[in-house]
Amino acid sequence: MNKRKFCLVAVIALIALNFFALVLSAQEASTSPATPSDSRWFDTNRFNVFITLAIVFGAILWFIGRAKKGKSLFVRRIAGLDAIEEAVGRATEMGKSVLYIPGIHDMNDIQTVASMIILGNVAKTIARYDIPLIVPIRMPFVVPVAEEAVRQGYSSAGRLDAFVKDNIRFISDEQFAYAAAVSGIMLRERPAANLLLGSFYAESLLLAETGASTGAIQVAGTANIHQLPFFIVACDYTLIGEELFAASAYLSREPKLLGSLKGSDLAKAVIVLAIILGTILETAGVKWFTKLFIVQ
Amino acid sequence: MRKEVPLIITFLAGFFFIADYFIPHTGFSNIAADVNGWAIIVLAFSYILGVGNVLRINAQRIAKKEKDWVLKVILVLCLFFMLGIGIFGGIAEGSIFDWFFVNTYTPMQATMFALLAFFIASAAFRAFRVRTTQAALLAITAVLVMIGRVPIGETIWKSFPDFTEWIMGVPQLAGKRAILIGAALGAISTGLKVITGLERTYMGQD
Repeated sequence: MNKRKFCLVAVIALIALNFFALVLSAQEASTSPATPSDSRWFDTNRFNVFITLAIVFGAILWFIGRAKKGKSLFVRRIAGLDAIEEAVGRATEMGKSVLYIPGIHDMNDIQTVASMIILGNVAKTIARYDIPLIVPIRMPFVVPVAEEAVRQGYSSAGRLDAFVKDNIRFISDEQFAYAAAVSGIMLRERPAANLLLGSFYAESLLLAETGASTGAIQVAGTANIHQLPFFIVACDYTLIGEELFAASAYLSREPKLLGSLKGSDLAKAVIVLAIILGTILETAGVKWFTKLFIVQ
Repeated sequence: MRKEVPLIITFLAGFFFIADYFIPHTGFSNIAADVNGWAIIVLAFSYILGVGNVLRINAQRIAKKEKDWVLKVILVLCLFFMLGIGIFGGIAEGSIFDWFFVNTYTPMQATMFALLAFFIASAAFRAFRVRTTQAALLAITAVLVMIGRVPIGETIWKSFPDFTEWIMGVPQLAGKRAILIGAALGAISTGLKVITGLERTYMGQD
């Protein structure tokens, strides 16, 4: 067995051992009289969620399979994502930096994961133009992930020598301290392009308006619907909800990722049909269909 | 190895927590709670990375006496000061740490938050400039909702508040839910790509 396989087996064994220890301790806890126990291995009240999830997963995997076989998949134009290239080009012409703000949430937020994926693609584009990419970060756990994503981007472009680790900066985990510091970066370093992609809350307008006042081209994107109006009025382009998650497939044009995009589109079509059917049946006084979708 | 190990961990952790949603068994829930506990511990250690990043970046700038280097010195001193009084004096209510936090950070935070009022005004001014049909519709709807939510609205027309509620509860909510459904499907799709290892950009180099 070579070293590589040995390490792999060792890691799996370690995880399995830890899990086994956890199972034992959990069994002890569940048998203690103070803990009210539940012996069911499947929550039948959530069967509808299980079926829906299985359909969505199935659709995504089916389209990925189709994409792998070489079937061409059409994806509509997303202006906000096309604008990223334009923004980077503008920054290059002006000889200024690009500021990438990956939201304020930790890695357990799927929007931050999506943002890190986009960051890798953006870094690849920026590396080709040889301009600084500044990434201010709120949560410390995101710092190493962002460093790796940017390093990967520069490496893919064959410009690892241009990667500056110090441009990925941990600021503060306090929301408004972070907003103040990032506004300061916008005003002092005057980036030509601000990309605000990820999970944002009350600081969204503070950042977007400060960026707008510096004259930078701004592309924003979030799935937090309460912050979308702020981005729409203060930024040049806004990725609305699902567009943020579609970015990696759109930018990389990798067939496997485009397949997953098509899969979620099919799931969306099924949901739209269910809504229309539910509306018609409910209006006609038929209740059983809508009851199928109640989650307890 | 740099790819395989994280992929295995991501795959196991991902499907474990999906299973946790459907399995109400007490033993399984206890395991999930423990695994969540591990995540909190790992997150706590990541703050060391954060502080290391702040010190590395600022120390270099101070050493090179770059622009605003005095401000970096103040930042590092404040960092160590708060860290010191927190470790040695505690962070409970009434402690020195708490006094500094309440009397310096809290007012600064409130100041930043208060700026939102001015930014909302400037953003609203930009949004309500009627240049296109969509902008006109937005401005008219916004004015109707605003009038309907103040007493003068009811004086003008008795059903104004109900009309406002209809706008908020039917067309506005329908649009909002459409975005939510799309975002939720996008999140599921991204989650699946990450769990199954189709999406690996976030992991870095090969």
